[in-house]
Amino acid sequence: MRVSIFITCYNDTLFPQTGRAMVHVLERLGHHVEFPAGQTCCGQMHYNTGYQTDALTMLPRFVEQFRGAEAVVVPSTSCVTMMRDHYPSMAQRLEASGKYPGIVAEVNALLPVVFEFSEFLTKRLGLTDVGAYFPHRVTYHASCHGLRGLGLGDGPESLLRAVKGIDLVTLPDIERCCGFGGTFAVKNAEVSSAMLAEKVQGVLSTGAEVCAACDNSCLMHIEGALHRQRTGVHTMHLAEILASEPEPNIAAEVRSGDVVAGDSEAVVWV
Amino acid sequence: MGLSTDGQALDPRTAPEFQTAARSVLNDAQLRKNVRHATTVIQNKRAKVVGELPDWQELREAGGALREHTMKFLDAYLEQFEANCTRAGGVVHWARDAAEAREIVVRLAKESIGDAPSEVIKIKSMTTEEIGLNAALQEAGITPYETDLAELIIQLGKDQPSHIVVPALHKNRAQIREIFQREMHLPHLGETPQDLADAARSFLREKFLRVPTAVSGANFLVAETGGVCIVESEGNGRMCLTLPRTLITIAGIDKVVPRFADLEVLLQVLPRSATGERMNPYNSIWTGVHPGDGPEQFHVVLMDNGRTDVLADEHGRETLHCIRCGACQNACPVYRQTGGHAYGSVYAGPIGAILTPQLQKMEHAESLPYASSLCGACYEVCPVKINIPEVLVHLRSRVVERKTAGLRVLTNAEALAMKTAGSLFRSERRFRAAQRLARMGQGVLARKDGSGEKWISWLPGLLGGWTQVRDLHALPDETFRQWWEEREKSKKHAGGAA
Repeated sequence: MRVSIFITCYNDTLFPQTGRAMVHVLERLGHHVEFPAGQTCCGQMHYNTGYQTDALTMLPRFVEQFRGAEAVVVPSTSCVTMMRDHYPSMAQRLEASGKYPGIVAEVNALLPVVFEFSEFLTKRLGLTDVGAYFPHRVTYHASCHGLRGLGLGDGPESLLRAVKGIDLVTLPDIERCCGFGGTFAVKNAEVSSAMLAEKVQGVLSTGAEVCAACDNSCLMHIEGALHRQRTGVHTMHLAEILASEPEPNIAAEVRSGDVVAGDSEAVVWV
Repeated sequence: MGLSTDGQALDPRTAPEFQTAARSVLNDAQLRKNVRHATTVIQNKRAKVVGELPDWQELREAGGALREHTMKFLDAYLEQFEANCTRAGGVVHWARDAAEAREIVVRLAKESIGDAPSEVIKIKSMTTEEIGLNAALQEAGITPYETDLAELIIQLGKDQPSHIVVPALHKNRAQIREIFQREMHLPHLGETPQDLADAARSFLREKFLRVPTAVSGANFLVAETGGVCIVESEGNGRMCLTLPRTLITIAGIDKVVPRFADLEVLLQVLPRSATGERMNPYNSIWTGVHPGDGPEQFHVVLMDNGRTDVLADEHGRETLHCIRCGACQNACPVYRQTGGHAYGSVYAGPIGAILTPQLQKMEHAESLPYASSLCGACYEVCPVKINIPEVLVHLRSRVVERKTAGLRVLTNAEALAMKTAGSLFRSERRFRAAQRLARMGQGVLARKDGSGEKWISWLPGLLGGWTQVRDLHALPDETFRQWWEEREKSKKHAGGAA
């Protein structure tokens, strides 16, 4: 399948290793990956903070970049929730302005092929085992937008359970928010921190080496406290775990980013 | 300490911003422990009884549809209620705002009391809390006695309600015992729940038998019959509804339901959502007056107090669908940390965060729509499917509209930052330049940790909140798009050489 990646602005800037891992998994499964170069942001930060007119201006770019895509895969539950929940009404507002004729139809055609990464694997491709190997204790943080926004259910954990060597431990109170909430984390920093403290307690209680999620924004927040407290527990996007293979140990290289091109057309991870 | 609100009414017009109020509550370990415990217990009870119903989602759908329909034809149903209630012997009064409502209730109470001692008994009612009725009664020389156990605790403790169903949720048993010992003059009061309930019962029973005027709120007003419905757990409400000579009920205009049969849905979803019970222990529905049976005089005050303004906002009006079950408060991870007082309104938690600013015409309580991580737990449990996160986001846009009007955007740091970010995202070139700049700019902030990784543990200005308790991984040397472009180039190169 021809798979177009929407990397999202924050993953592009802060978590390139997630994008690389996603490309690796998709290519390992035999798909042709594309990256439309003009993409920037879905508009979620603006929309959810109340700057909806600014968010509106980002939709035409998204449509233009992904027009005609066979599948758009996104490593962020909250960005996909944003698109599904708000793009239809945003498109209507744009169309009503008279400046973007046909955008409602375009958005309606595009949205059904937009998938969150784990959702693409489990629901679109019907896979659970993607050939990964990760011999570590892992706990999975479900993310509100994954759980309630997209209704991912057991999907992400079913992918993790199929990883060879993994010791998957359920996170207590898995349905409870970690306290990130986008600009909430800085606007209501104290409350956000109190929520985070409970989540970190939960993560530590599992004895996991790694806390995984389908959303790096929650993970950036959780990782921030895990690191501040020098717990030695790490966070990884689900894609990075699924990219890991027995030989060589991909996970380490995915994170450090030491990727070179080999002499064939395939990228070799060393 | 800081466990009581020192009798200061929760008034959104004068309350501090949520962030500020939350900061001081977060220091109160006992309160947080009480709130965590109580909300967890109620949530678990709710989950159990909701799980018993195979048609729970259909019931929610029906509840939502019922409320939506009612709001669409609210004017007609209110007039129908007025006609039927009047026909049954009730007297209906209309109040535009809180001041009018207070004035009407005080006047009716005075007329009823006559030369008798100036006192009234009260059933728990958030609507009377909303309008500060107790203070108004006291100013008029009338002593109100709260008869709901939790409201009694609040009243005796000179506190304010922190939850719409369980107003004293922030107090634990030991604290309640202290209040009773002090205020009821019972130095030897025991500490079991039975001891506390006995003390309250003796204290209240005497008032039920003595005071001939009662004030109540309402859960539902039935347009078809003119009947009023109240559900409760203790039976103290039933005492107030049956023993006094005069009953004065005050209700928001949003409390109406079209038909008696509609209670079938609402009386299933309300108790399960509110207290985790299949049915409330006491369900009272009364219609007008009946000679020789119950109050001889019955008044209903129908109050607007901002509700029509809520109804006028197409995206905010579903807020009025609320049936005051409090499930969203119990489910909310923010409320779980702060309890109710930080919201500066009798309506706390997610529903308060959308209702309060709208009732205030968005002129006050502007920080409340931001008192949420938008996690969606409230929407998931709402028995009438109010999409609270959606309304929160809509209200945020109304707040932004006000604060960025005209040149005001230039003096607002957040607005400026958001406008700048917006302009970056509208151009790939500018976005890439910003990524480059950020990487260069972080140089002075990023430090190596023990394992040689670069982290940022201090950020300036608006972002400082982040680094209070969290570190931030330094920006990597290469963005994803740079990596992708390099890879494409190498591929082309490798392909060309082959």
